Amino acid sequence: MEKLQYKETRPRLEKEIEVTDLVKRFGHFTAVDHISFDVEKGEIFGFLGANGAGKTTAMRMLCGLSKPTSGKGKVAGFNIQHEPEQVKKNIGYMSQKFSLYNDLKVWENIRLFAGIYGMADKEIKEKTEILLQKLHFEKERNVLVKSLPLGFKQKLAFSVSIFHTPKVVFLDEPTGGVDPVTRRQFWELIYEAAANGITVFVTTHYMDEAEYCNRVSIMVDGRIEALDSPNNLKTEFEAKNMDEVFQQLARKATRQSD
Amino acid sequence: MKQFLTFVQKEFHHIFRDHRTMLILIGMPIVEIILFGFAITTEVKDSKVVILDSSHDVATRHIIDEINANKYFNVVEYIHNSNDIQHIFQKGEATLAVVFEDHFYETLLHTGKAQIQLIADASDPNTATTVTYYANRIIADYQQTLMVQNNVPYQITPNVKLLYNPEMKGAYNFVPGVLGMILMLICAMMTSIAIVREKETGTMEVLLVSPIKPIMIILAKMVPYFVVSCFNLCSVLLLSVYVLGVPVAGSLFGLILVSLLFIVVSLSLGLLVSTLTNTQLAAMLVSGMVFLLPVILLSGMIFPIENMPVWMQWLSDIIPAKWYIQAVKALMIQGLGIMNILKETGILVLMTIIFIVISLKKFNVRLE
Repeated sequence: MEKLQYKETRPRLEKEIEVTDLVKRFGHFTAVDHISFDVEKGEIFGFLGANGAGKTTAMRMLCGLSKPTSGKGKVAGFNIQHEPEQVKKNIGYMSQKFSLYNDLKVWENIRLFAGIYGMADKEIKEKTEILLQKLHFEKERNVLVKSLPLGFKQKLAFSVSIFHTPKVVFLDEPTGGVDPVTRRQFWELIYEAAANGITVFVTTHYMDEAEYCNRVSIMVDGRIEALDSPNNLKTEFEAKNMDEVFQQLARKATRQSD
Repeated sequence: MKQFLTFVQKEFHHIFRDHRTMLILIGMPIVEIILFGFAITTEVKDSKVVILDSSHDVATRHIIDEINANKYFNVVEYIHNSNDIQHIFQKGEATLAVVFEDHFYETLLHTGKAQIQLIADASDPNTATTVTYYANRIIADYQQTLMVQNNVPYQITPNVKLLYNPEMKGAYNFVPGVLGMILMLICAMMTSIAIVREKETGTMEVLLVSPIKPIMIILAKMVPYFVVSCFNLCSVLLLSVYVLGVPVAGSLFGLILVSLLFIVVSLSLGLLVSTLTNTQLAAMLVSGMVFLLPVILLSGMIFPIENMPVWMQWLSDIIPAKWYIQAVKALMIQGLGIMNILKETGILVLMTIIFIVISLKKFNVRLE
């Protein structure tokens, strides 16, 4: 199997996510502590951190689900604090829990989410055909999603999350519990999306997946402790792989994981 | 708008594809009405009566015949020894014993006073009260006939008229109650469960990240349950009119109007529960314990509110079903018009507004 690694082929373009000094406090607890980073268009940005490091809170702020305590953030060109509705229209989201409806058929799920994002019926129909063909799902079109195998479901969920061609897609641990072959297929889908200009913001627990990213940031106790391409990080921390990098940083954590 | 319709369609799919829930939603009201109508009844019919009559004269025979002819009584045994009475009650073979004193008719004629003892099994106090009341009336009737024969100078004849429900049918009382209970159950419980289920499965998060407005999500959830409730309202009303013989004496239009209002109250209550709970189990427990049980116990459906302690009567005031049941009784049984239930309607409207305002506040807070 050819080694899957990101190749620098695209020209550097405008920034799709810009975050400066973003803070989120819950009472006295600072979940996210002055984080700053940029993500460029078409980039695959890995967002790593142990449980409880503040990943999910940070991501919720970027998605417009939660208001920052202080700091600034722009996603797809819109201010997350003042224009959350515009942000929502221009992003896709796949949660770590399965995010499709089990009791709806494959095509009904696609139509539902496409409809929510305001796509026209004709466009939905055409794109559904293309998508089902691409995933080799033509036969499963009328199958209830609950009877699909997990790998199928995850691929479908991802495809649905980028069906409306958002500018940025947020993936919250998308490959949890999926076998290695399907994971690889899943990442091929991610590469394809990035090549089409969709910025991918992904959190993961799998360190081999971190290697697939353009750049990764590693959060420890609410702060970003490292941010660079996987290769640069490995050189900097004199590590063989991303797992070692992560272990070195995570050891510094004082916060209990949840 | 198209967004909204797609969403409503999705909610219908959720309900219709879950056959078991669907069956419960549609079947439960029908089963409940039939159960309450035929199986569970507070009416006393064919009570077993034993007679101890050592006189065997004209008067006692007359009274016994009257008792036996009455549809509430069934004379099962004639005994000859007062010691047997206790034995019979212990075995549960009778609910009422009628004991005549010796030389009943003779004593009555000569002294003008004769005694009958009524002994009832009061382990169920309601039944005991009812059967002794019926027996008393039979005896009183006989006394009346005697008076006419003997021409007593003073005579007071009570003329009892039972309004709205002359046959004293239990159905008149519980149909409004069952209506209130079913609508509350389906609207409040099912809506809260449906919303909380999406929180549990994680799809709610995806919806909240999408540009669809939270209020749309909630409204779309309510539409199918509103439709199902309307269907149930029809089936319950049809069953009670055509099977149980409870008429809609007052304004049908008003009845439907106040029922729709109550459906909305229950839906908003379900919404409130869904904002307070995070798991389907919790939602179900809260709806069951906090809404369903008080509806049964405190709304006047089974136990009369007038007999409760004062603080409990106040408590019953905050139960929406109490006001709804009152209104339904007024419209359905007492035959009043809409103008007579303005108070109940006003309270229900007020409750809806309060529930919706609180839940929308809570819902938005959750997003923070």
